[in-house]
Amino acid sequence: MTATEMIHSTPRSAGGAMPKLLIDGLSKRYGNVTALEPTQLAVEKGEFLTLLGPSGSGKTTLLQLICGLVERSSGRLFIDGVDQSDTPVHQRDIGLVFQHYALFPHLTVAENVAFPLKMRGCAPGEISRRVKDALEMVHLGHLGDRFPRMLSGGQQQRVALARCFVYQPSIILMDEPLGALDKKLRDHMQIEIKRLHRETGTTIIYVTHDQEEALAMSDRICLMNHARIEQIGAPHEIYTRPRTAFAADFIGISNIFRGEFVHDAGRPRLATPHGIFNLPEDVSATGKGGALVVRPEHLRIGAASPNRITGAVSEIVYAGSETRVIADLGGGTQAILRLWPGDPVPQIGETITAGWDANSAAFVP
Amino acid sequence: MTMALSMTDTSPRPWRPSPLWLAVPGFVLLVVFFAFPVARLLVLSVQDAQTGGFSLASFARITTTDVYIRVLGITFKIAGYTAIFSLLLGYPLAYWLARMPDAVRGRLLLFVMVPFWTSYLVKTFAFMLLLGRTGVINDLLLGTGIVSQPLPLINNEFGVMVGMVHAMVPLAVMTMLPVMTGIDRRLVQAAQTLGASPVHAFWLVYFKLSLPGVAAAGLLVFISSLGFFIVPAFLGGRRETMLAQLIIAQVQELLNWSFAGALAAMMLLAALVSCWVYDRVFGLSTVTGQGSDGKEASGRLRLAGLALLHGLASVCALIAMPVNRLFGPRAGRAMLPAVSWAVIAFLVAPTLIVIPIAFTSSQFLEFPPPGFSLRWFETYFSSPLWVQATVRSFLVAGATAAAATVIGGLAALALARGNSRWNGAIFAFFLAPMIVPRIVIAVGLFYLFAQIGLVATDLGLVIGHTVLAIPFTLVTIAAVLKSYDTRLDQAAATLGANRLRTLFLITVPLVKGGLIAAFLFAFITSFDELTIAIFVSGGVKTTLPKQMWDDMILQLNPTLAAVSVVVFAIVTVLLLVAERVRRSP
Ligand SMILES: Nc1ncnc2c1ncn2[C@@H]1O[C@H](COP(=O)(O)OP(=O)(O)OP(=O)(O)O)[C@@H](O)[C@H]1O
Ligand SMILES: [Mg+2]
Repeated sequence: MTATEMIHSTPRSAGGAMPKLLIDGLSKRYGNVTALEPTQLAVEKGEFLTLLGPSGSGKTTLLQLICGLVERSSGRLFIDGVDQSDTPVHQRDIGLVFQHYALFPHLTVAENVAFPLKMRGCAPGEISRRVKDALEMVHLGHLGDRFPRMLSGGQQQRVALARCFVYQPSIILMDEPLGALDKKLRDHMQIEIKRLHRETGTTIIYVTHDQEEALAMSDRICLMNHARIEQIGAPHEIYTRPRTAFAADFIGISNIFRGEFVHDAGRPRLATPHGIFNLPEDVSATGKGGALVVRPEHLRIGAASPNRITGAVSEIVYAGSETRVIADLGGGTQAILRLWPGDPVPQIGETITAGWDANSAAFVP
Repeated sequence: MTMALSMTDTSPRPWRPSPLWLAVPGFVLLVVFFAFPVARLLVLSVQDAQTGGFSLASFARITTTDVYIRVLGITFKIAGYTAIFSLLLGYPLAYWLARMPDAVRGRLLLFVMVPFWTSYLVKTFAFMLLLGRTGVINDLLLGTGIVSQPLPLINNEFGVMVGMVHAMVPLAVMTMLPVMTGIDRRLVQAAQTLGASPVHAFWLVYFKLSLPGVAAAGLLVFISSLGFFIVPAFLGGRRETMLAQLIIAQVQELLNWSFAGALAAMMLLAALVSCWVYDRVFGLSTVTGQGSDGKEASGRLRLAGLALLHGLASVCALIAMPVNRLFGPRAGRAMLPAVSWAVIAFLVAPTLIVIPIAFTSSQFLEFPPPGFSLRWFETYFSSPLWVQATVRSFLVAGATAAAATVIGGLAALALARGNSRWNGAIFAFFLAPMIVPRIVIAVGLFYLFAQIGLVATDLGLVIGHTVLAIPFTLVTIAAVLKSYDTRLDQAAATLGANRLRTLFLITVPLVKGGLIAAFLFAFITSFDELTIAIFVSGGVKTTLPKQMWDDMILQLNPTLAAVSVVVFAIVTVLLLVAERVRRSP
């Protein structure tokens, strides 16, 4: 299979459109350590893709391979269908926003933002115009003469964004850009970054290990684990249809019931220590068994459903917009359920029964 | 299927030069002008002068007369005592400095740095003025009638030891200090909360952890002392003749290369054996400052060491108790600063004696000077000999500093950027000119230069001095690169700067302070350098230290004091500038 054929065979390139970025078998080894297994990934033009995963899962490695900061161990990389595997870092049309900003301390804010334009040999007049625009875009037009150390963390972050957006790279990579900010500022900057993405139409690949951030910002989430891509898909897809127990566990809160298939009146069901449950309709039972993933909001106290669990309330957590109930199912297993609006709050120690609609659960092998 | 295809993708990648290539210029320079001449000298020592065949005659000659054996013994004895006394004086000072807040320590450290970089000639000259038969101390003692005969303070073992220890305490302090500042002081507090008395906590925890620094300091002082000749030449008597003086005599007066080579081989061997022993016990990484992954001695040795420390602690605690009871705890606490300031006074004060004497109106080196005059400065600046020597020293030092900064800087960059398993070996090789006694390098270079016509040339001097200065520039620049955030370089690369532009627009401006400091250290190294200059600078075209040396051998005179003041002032100013730029980013 040739590279072009493969481009056309990538899942999201329906209609023959070429993906902005195509990663074909890129991998990285450090001696015996595999930082990234050979990986396939296609990113559409204008897409906001998030790399999400636990620490050490290879997110930074993948970003660094994309921009060329580390040498690949195998594989190729195409941008707009052109093989860029061997293009040096400074010639790739890629921007990178660092976690700790990496602003040049000896240059002013404006000089920092002008740096990439100078490297590209822009005319002085154009440089000052574009620097001004970029700084205004991040609401820092008045701080151009300051040095980075005189700025707050959030302001420095915005300078880093301006420095990246100013030369309009067609792909922007961000490695936990908000990791060093406090929660409130982070929420604010998430909106800013979304706005910049919308206004510029750039392709953004964004690294985070904050799943809420990933759910809130992305067109697609690429979930990584053990140096591999675990699952890739739109946020609601990953949330409602996790393909592995890891994906279910990592994104959102899950109740996971493991068990083996039993055939009951011709229909396969899952026999778990907490009961025998129906499978979602679209699942075909192959293999010995698996696990059902039930989200807390789908569990309802007193629901009349064949899929029911019973346990004693051990904890009630009030979290502002919602209240969670933790019930002890016995055998060291706990279930978490979200109280539906209007339902009465149970007492601690009270034995409750909760049920769910079979189709709201997800089945993972 | 695509997976399988990509796994087998082994298409050739364009060749990207490894950062280690940056170390090549320095590597070549050191191989040609350091490793090769030193090795050549060692070969000479086992060659018959006439036939060129293998011969152990030179070594046999060392053992036949007891003169040489005695000199060897004296050299080791003096070097050993110097190491011990330098540690005894240096430890309290280093300990005191390590406890200071960073900013204060930076300032106090100048009291160590200035003596460290002050020319040995100037320091030795000052001690001759102080300790001589008609020197300042004897003048005062006779004048006040405390003694009726001048005390023999010079041209004997006492004089040599004072001069040597004075010269070496700064090195000891500067070697121990990084280890001590790296010790987590909370460990000592933890020991005390666990029930250790302050004395026990000090010996069992702090002292134990500082031992690698102590040993490193002892090693460096011992090795440097082995090659000394200025101090014994002027402050010692016949019976304190050291090995380096013998080597100089063999080369300069007798042109006996193979015998000089044999003596140099002995010295080098002694230095290498001490290094080897040290490496066995502590690991060489402590000396080079490459992390503190010092080895732990194993099994019984370790237990014996701990038991020894325990014993020491108990003895000290026994002494401390009555002392504390007699004088109160406050006296105990005042001890450390008192001792430290006394050591600082010992380091700084003697050199200052040259200042009043330089401004004397007298013909003689009297103290106190009978009147003020600038006549000796006039003599200095109107003497073509002195002026030429000064100018030459400046030019050579400037060229040396430029070369050593570039070469050392590139090597530092190579080591910081590349992470090959050779890094440690390369670093050690670049530091080797600091470990191998200078006299060995100087004689080896002289032999080489004589063959390729570089004797009595400025180029020869610059090459020799660059070899000596590279370790200093490498260490200085490596230190700033260590704290340099390489993500800034990555950022520049992603923003479109190639490697060269990244280097000049980002890296160099950000490590400017370290580069300037390295330049100045290299400048001072060359400006003060005598050993190579003795051999390589020709009869007429001398450098300032060589001219001073010649004058000091001929006759002491107040012009020397004036020259000393000028040299001292220049070096001090350069040093203050270097420290300032190194600190401010
Ligand atoms: N220079 C290196 N040498 C050796 N191993 C490395 C190197 N860089 C990364 N690794 C290893 O590769 C794996 C992936 O690292 P990577 O930095 O990509 O993780 P990450 O997903 O970005 O984690 P985090 O969320 O903590 O940033 C880790 O196991 C790491 O230890
Ligand atoms: Mg990372």
